[in-house]
Amino acid sequence: MTTPAAPASPAASAGAPGPAAPLARIAQHALFEARGLLSNGEQLMVAILLPVGILVGLVLLPIGRTAGAAPVDTAVAATAATALVSTCFTSQAIQTGFDRRGGVLRWVATTPLGRSGYLAGKILATLMVHAVQVVVLGAVALALGWRPEALGLLAAVPVWLVGTAAFGSLGLLVAGTLRTEAVLAVSNIVFVLLVAAGGIAVPAQSYPPLLRAVVELLPSSALGDLLRACLAGGEVAAGALVVLPLWAIAGTMLVVRSFRWTSV
Amino acid sequence: MVNQPPALHAEALTKSYGAVRALDGVSFTAQRGEVTAILGPNGAGKSTTIACATGLIAPDAGTLEVLGQDPHRADAAHRARVGVMIQDGGLASGARALQLLRYGAGLYRAPRDVDELAERLGIDAFAGTLVRRLSGGQRQRLALALAIVGRPELVFLDEPTAGMDPAIRREVRTLISQLAQEGTAVVLTTHLMDDVVGLADHVLVITRGRVVAGGTVEEVVATHQSRRGTLTLRATATGVPAAAAPALRADLEAAAARHGVALELSTGDAADLEAVLLDVMDESGRSTENEEAR
Repeated sequence: MTTPAAPASPAASAGAPGPAAPLARIAQHALFEARGLLSNGEQLMVAILLPVGILVGLVLLPIGRTAGAAPVDTAVAATAATALVSTCFTSQAIQTGFDRRGGVLRWVATTPLGRSGYLAGKILATLMVHAVQVVVLGAVALALGWRPEALGLLAAVPVWLVGTAAFGSLGLLVAGTLRTEAVLAVSNIVFVLLVAAGGIAVPAQSYPPLLRAVVELLPSSALGDLLRACLAGGEVAAGALVVLPLWAIAGTMLVVRSFRWTSV
Repeated sequence: MVNQPPALHAEALTKSYGAVRALDGVSFTAQRGEVTAILGPNGAGKSTTIACATGLIAPDAGTLEVLGQDPHRADAAHRARVGVMIQDGGLASGARALQLLRYGAGLYRAPRDVDELAERLGIDAFAGTLVRRLSGGQRQRLALALAIVGRPELVFLDEPTAGMDPAIRREVRTLISQLAQEGTAVVLTTHLMDDVVGLADHVLVITRGRVVAGGTVEEVVATHQSRRGTLTLRATATGVPAAAAPALRADLEAAAARHGVALELSTGDAADLEAVLLDVMDESGRSTENEEAR
């Protein structure tokens, strides 16, 4: 450590002190978050490795297949839904929960980024991670014989965006209302339950009637059904078109109302 | 400086959490180019005062003006003029130290030179370490760097030297003094008398949410002197390596002389120091082992 001259005074330095441009601040935070997500071993496993494992597993094993669809197509649809839930819900809940406990959210509120910039950066970071997931999972799927139709991919984009809103808001709801330890447990358990028994890996239509009625009300089932319709040529379930947007709206409203920026 | 409006003016702030009155009519002013120290024990209301002044929480009553604005309606431009070091750091635990500092710098249009700041505060020694693996003192240094990287006009430092070893603490005090010399208004909370005597132009003593004394160190001491005679304030030497002790002693003695306070280095712990000024201002008038009439 040295003792150099005093730091330059504001007046003497090039450029007046002030905030960076709004988009630059949001991009700065998004890159910081995305880098953090992709460089963290646990997060990397949840965001990339686990979906890859599920993709390979569903291609190889006779699980969740629908009549008339190629196994790789239904596997890609289920994997896309898994990746979305892992990134938007589990990863964001855990990261935001720890940020909240560590006082990061309080500090952020005092910087030029502010709370709105933090949330905007977080959304952008999620989309960045999605982009990485699409590249990695797409490459693996292509290697496994996936040959997507352009129209189906295009139709999946709005589903993907609404799904991001639904699961992102639910992830923030968990992070902003529960204690950190509970956030960790709830986000992981819910993720596993939604993927395994929530209509993602196995379509709700395969469940017994009573259970099916319940599962079809879950956002995971709606997301899985819609992605299967887009990517595996399945029928569009009318209920899913209503259920997923409703979860997105309800989740957003609950976050706005209940999210606490400081930990209790 | 005297013709400029104060960087911060608080008037009769009150804040309650349920039945607990955290602030009870706190008023004070912080000037540009000066260090204002808020001194008090844990739970006295120091951090609540800072939280109100930084817009993190809203007071129940009272008025607050920070750089001419209400901090609760602050926009990004205003927040860029105010640097904040919160008590628990607020550092992203999964980031590496220098990565976090560069990220913080990127939120400002014309930040300080990150490498120079990192070297100055010794952050370069743990630049690649994950925040969650940093020691308390290392976290403090990183939080301090983040608070000043945007070259703020007003900086709030909540317990800035807590957990630091004596050599780093001395460097941080020098840095804080230089910030004030450059015209920055510095508001810091502390329960270390060393920080007050060595750094502060003004002292605000808070206990149980009430301001029990305010003014320069000399004024605060003089108030007590008028009642009980001259004081010797004891400063701690706990944890000071033998090699660093003479320099630390010289600094403290110079600062004490500047403020007209007799100083006695002791081996007591820092918690004893917290009691010094509070006991000085104790309305009950009881004497303590930390004061002696001459």
